[in-house]
Amino acid sequence: MSLEPDHQALQASFKAALRHEAPPAGLVGVDDDDRALRFAVYRNNVQYGLSRALAARFPVVERLVGPAFFRAMARVFIAASPPRDPVLLGWGVDFPTFLAGFPPVAALPYLPDVARLELARGRAFHAADATPVAPEILTSSDPATLRLDLHPSVEAFTSDHAAVSIWTAHQAATPPGPLRAAGAECALIGRRPDHTVIVEPIDTGTHDVLCALVAATPLGVAAERGDPTTALTLLLRHGLIVGAATGEPR
Amino acid sequence: MNRLPPTVGLGFKPEHFADIVRRPGAVGFYEVHAENYMGAGGMPHAMLARLHDDHALSLHGVGLSIGGAGDLDPDHLRRLRRLVDRYRPESFSEHLAWSSHGNTWLNDLLPLPYTDATLATVAAHVDQVQTALGCRMLLENPATYVTFEASTWSETAFLAEVVHRTGCGLLLDVNNVFVSAINHRFDARAYLASFPLHAVGQIHLAGHDTEDLPTGPLLIDSHGRPVADPVWTLYAEVIARTGPLPTLIEWDANVPPFDVLLGEAGRAEAILAAASGKISHVA
Repeated sequence: MSLEPDHQALQASFKAALRHEAPPAGLVGVDDDDRALRFAVYRNNVQYGLSRALAARFPVVERLVGPAFFRAMARVFIAASPPRDPVLLGWGVDFPTFLAGFPPVAALPYLPDVARLELARGRAFHAADATPVAPEILTSSDPATLRLDLHPSVEAFTSDHAAVSIWTAHQAATPPGPLRAAGAECALIGRRPDHTVIVEPIDTGTHDVLCALVAATPLGVAAERGDPTTALTLLLRHGLIVGAATGEPR
Repeated sequence: MNRLPPTVGLGFKPEHFADIVRRPGAVGFYEVHAENYMGAGGMPHAMLARLHDDHALSLHGVGLSIGGAGDLDPDHLRRLRRLVDRYRPESFSEHLAWSSHGNTWLNDLLPLPYTDATLATVAAHVDQVQTALGCRMLLENPATYVTFEASTWSETAFLAEVVHRTGCGLLLDVNNVFVSAINHRFDARAYLASFPLHAVGQIHLAGHDTEDLPTGPLLIDSHGRPVADPVWTLYAEVIARTGPLPTLIEWDANVPPFDVLLGEAGRAEAILAAASGKISHVA
């Protein structure tokens, strides 16, 4: 199909103007002020819409820094990493990296990890569906060769900071009291059959076992990393084992 | 694919899911924004499947950038095709607007000049969408805040020509007509008199906000309040000419309780009933 150079140029100037003060040339209006005020509606729509989309993806980051600060920070992020396609549920994967390099939040070193936890929750929310298997699967085969299929939503999360405690404490709209957490924390993230996304705090040993299970390591081998009891109990309780097979991985 | 019943529908809000399941058939159909259902699975798809068990479904895209100068995104067309195949919606609609440019998604429905060149581009894009989805689509008239010196076509003549060239249908957003008429100081009734009503397959109604510029009022298509009285009047005039058409109430910001939306739906239902000579029977 033929592309109209004028149309391309006009949309390029319109897009550039969305980031600057002056409207593009070629608009109808009573005067410059009138054109500028009209064009500002589009600029505000773009900024407001994307800022709200980012806040919906990272609600605890927004609570931690406050809505006004978040809006201002979102402007910088939007300019640096605008969405590339209209599926906004896939946008923001580089927000944790952005936060780690954004000097105004350097005093909150846990913030990038809280954002990573919120990204993992988003992935779990939208992950593919799969039906849990009966718990008997664990006792019906030789654990040395049994490989578990975990639900596509399952992730083993780890943070050098107390990101799990901080995230958990900020689930209510009211700010929490002082936290007693410190040091590294881990969590199992996944989606239950009722579509609830869970964040279960786990110790580092259980995290190591879970990492092995996510990588389809045979149960007997995974157990060499630590006691698998907690990981298996949580996976069964939340319906996150969706298949099992013996032998080589498929 | 335009099999919506000529009744009133509502934009689906997940917070209303429990109300909707409790009252199946409270309205004739629901609309969803396609881009919100492009994840692999989970709650959004579970809700949509359940919704579609009991109701007709209007799939409304906001991401194709049909008025964009560049090519349509083939990945996005494939995502839409997957949704159409999975849910078999009764209608698919998109906008006369652009929203992406050069690998950036701008997240708003942006206006375009109406010229021979943009007409050719839009018609080619509509053709491409209809081929990719295997169905006839509806194209929606925009609410705009600026117009272009370069335009040589009126919006209604432009839309009529897109219909003529592609065989697509139109989605007439009566609130958008009113918003644009106030913003650009033209007569909404004259616009509707020249609108190709024969091609309209669905109507949208929504609320707007008002800003005061030094040069006069500027209406904002905000979808955050009840439909305004003059928009209801224009809607009744359109329906008196066309007969009952599928009519959607849009309310996307400051979403109220489900019963408030049913109240708006009831008002539209009464207008449809008057046009078909039937007694109103709002659920």
